Formats: sequence, C-alpha cells, structure tokens
Amino acid sequence: MTILTFTLLIFLGALLAGFLGSLTGLGGGFVIIPMLTLLFGVDIRYAIGASLVAVIATSSGAAAAYVKEGITNIRLGMFLEIATTTGAVLGAYIAVYTPVNTIAIIFGCILIFSAYISLKKTSETIQQTDKSRLARTFKLNGTYPTPEGEIAYTVTNVVGGFFTMAGAGLLSGLLGVGSGALKVLAMDNIMRIPFKVSTTTSNFMIGVTAAASAGIYLYRGYIDPGLCLPVTLGVLGGALLGSRFLTNAKTSKLRNIFAFVIIAIALEMLYNGFTKKF
Amino acid sequence: MRKILQDDDLEYAMGNLLRLGVIISSAIVAIGGIIYLYKHGMHLPEYATFIGNKSMFNSVSKIITGLKEWKGQAIIQLGILVLIFTPIARITFSFIGFLIEKDLLYMLLTLIVLAIITFSLLAGTNIV
Repeated sequence: MTILTFTLLIFLGALLAGFLGSLTGLGGGFVIIPMLTLLFGVDIRYAIGASLVAVIATSSGAAAAYVKEGITNIRLGMFLEIATTTGAVLGAYIAVYTPVNTIAIIFGCILIFSAYISLKKTSETIQQTDKSRLARTFKLNGTYPTPEGEIAYTVTNVVGGFFTMAGAGLLSGLLGVGSGALKVLAMDNIMRIPFKVSTTTSNFMIGVTAAASAGIYLYRGYIDPGLCLPVTLGVLGGALLGSRFLTNAKTSKLRNIFAFVIIAIALEMLYNGFTKKF
Repeated sequence: MRKILQDDDLEYAMGNLLRLGVIISSAIVAIGGIIYLYKHGMHLPEYATFIGNKSMFNSVSKIITGLKEWKGQAIIQLGILVLIFTPIARITFSFIGFLIEKDLLYMLLTLIVLAIITFSLLAGTNIV
C-alpha cells in the first residue's frame, strides 16, 4: 500500500468517524485510535497524537456554533479548565512511562464507560437552591435560554466536580481523547448542572484540555504530519456533514447502534492489550 | 454583571475566532498535504515503529527549517500549530472579556490556565 492509498483510506475512515461522532454526540476521536491501530497497524503513540489533534479541531469547530447560542457557562468552563489542563499535562508526562499495552487497556475501559454513559437514560432535575458557598464565590451559577425563557440553575459539590475534571484531563492527556463522557458525568451527576449546559461547556473545555498536552506530544514525536493530514481533515469534514444532517428523529437509534459498535471495538482493544499485541 | 460575557458581542467574536482558527489551519494542512502527497505519494507508509523525538518535525525550529525547503510535512505541522494555538487564543480573548468586566478573580483564573498551557509548550522543549 502506497502513502497515497493509505492516506485516502484513513481519510474516508476519519470522515465516517467524524460523521457518526457528531450525529451521536460521542465525538469522532473514539474510533480514530482503534481504527489506526487495529486496521492499519499504526503504533498507538502515533494514533494518540493524531487523535489529539482531531479532538482540538472538532471541539473548536463545534464550539463556534455553541458559544453563539449562549448556553455555554464560560466562568464554569474557565474554573474547571484549571483542573483539566493540570490533569492533561500530568497525563502527557505519565504517558511516556506507561507501557503501550497498559494504555490500550485503559483506553478500552474508557470506551466501555463512555458507551455506557451514552446509553444510560438521563433524567434531570434542575437545581435552583443556592447552597454552595464555593459556587457563589466563583460565580458558577447561571441561566440558560429555553423556549419558555431563561432558566436559572445553581451548582453543587464544586470540589468533587473539580477533582473529577482533573481526572478527565489526566485521561485526555494520557490517551489523546477528549474524555467528554467523564466531563459530562462530572457536571451532570456531581455538580448537578443542566444537561444542555454541561454538554456545551464540556465541549468548550475539550479543545483547551487537548491543547495543554499537545505541546508535550509534539516534542515527543507523537504528532506525525502524514497521519494528522487525513485524520484531522477527515474528522472535521465528517463533523461538518453530521451537523448538517442533525435531525432529532433517528439519533437515539443511531446512538444505540454506535454505542454497541464502540463496545465491540473496546473489547478488541482490551483483548489486544492483554495479549500484548501493541 | 455576569450577563455581559453571556450575551454580548464578545461571545460572537469568540465563536468566530475559533471558526477562523479551524478554517486557516485546515487550509494550511490541505496545502501541505497536496505537496506531501505529490512528492511522497508513491512511497510506503511507515507507522508500525515509533521513532519518538528522532522524528523530523517535532519542534518549532525543525518545522521552520522544513518550511524554508517547502517540505509538505512541515507545512502540515504549521497548520497543526495554528490549530493548537486556536483554543489558547480563545483563552487570551476571555481574559480581555474579564478585564472589560473588571472581574479580577476570573482574570487571575484565566492567567493560571494560560500559565499551565505555556508550561506544557515550554517544558516540551527541554526534552528534545
């Protein structure tokens, strides 16, 4: 296989990954690492580098649309970014000392966890009692627009959310993914933030978190131009296409199918990790 | 007081800044990609073994050297650098927003985030 065919095939795969990722809200990065390692025999470190770059691209591209809707809580995002960027820098350092098979196993576990989060039915109760002193000090409480007008919400368990975010950042730096599922979990379940606000604020943070570890990865040679070319352009193109097709009608079914595909990929990653095939 | 950052034109500008960064970097990556594929399209890909920091374009100075020789890979890496700087530019932009609002606490928090990212970008250089 020549570089030309190799690049074209990866581009098509990344296009599909970006398309499905944007339709289901799971993000395209998830499929990139298994696709490159399992299908194309790429070393997992190059795959992590390419995935990280794709994550920055899709996050920045999508944030442009979200920010305009006024749902993103910018103060909350900035506050939690202290945790995610610290975690990401740590994660990038740990990555060098972690055996590749261990990284593959952790990646498999995170895949299963993310699929589970996306399949889980979420019920939400918007919290409006102003209990947390930290949330007040850091001005984290906010409002968001709905068809019925602005709704106010408050934030709880700021410390718990902060540390979970540090963990999400660590995984992002270690695995080159956005770890959006963990970020949404921290905000939904721990800090009790409305779903709409948490998804957009999470996306807002993903790009910054990934950028924090990208410098370290670049100098270590993880970010290869020949691989980033089809991955970044493909995922970005796919995400753009996906946002055009975004109709609510069939996404839940699609999301279920995609979640099961991800679980299958995760098992393959785990198997290969445990049998030391990386 | 907290309304200002939520509904203002600043939000709009921030969204456009991110979009612009993505468009510019994709264009640079695409141009570099065409040159790279034209020159190396018929070679064989080698990604099975990781060579780490012996790689050709893993620092700003190596990328600049490559750019002077019109190397396709160096142009792609330049596009990726632009992409990495897009969220960083957004944070800098937020700082200006908090400055306009005279929100000292958040000006400080924004500087901390910037410091962490700068540390990552500079710490990498010592490893090479």
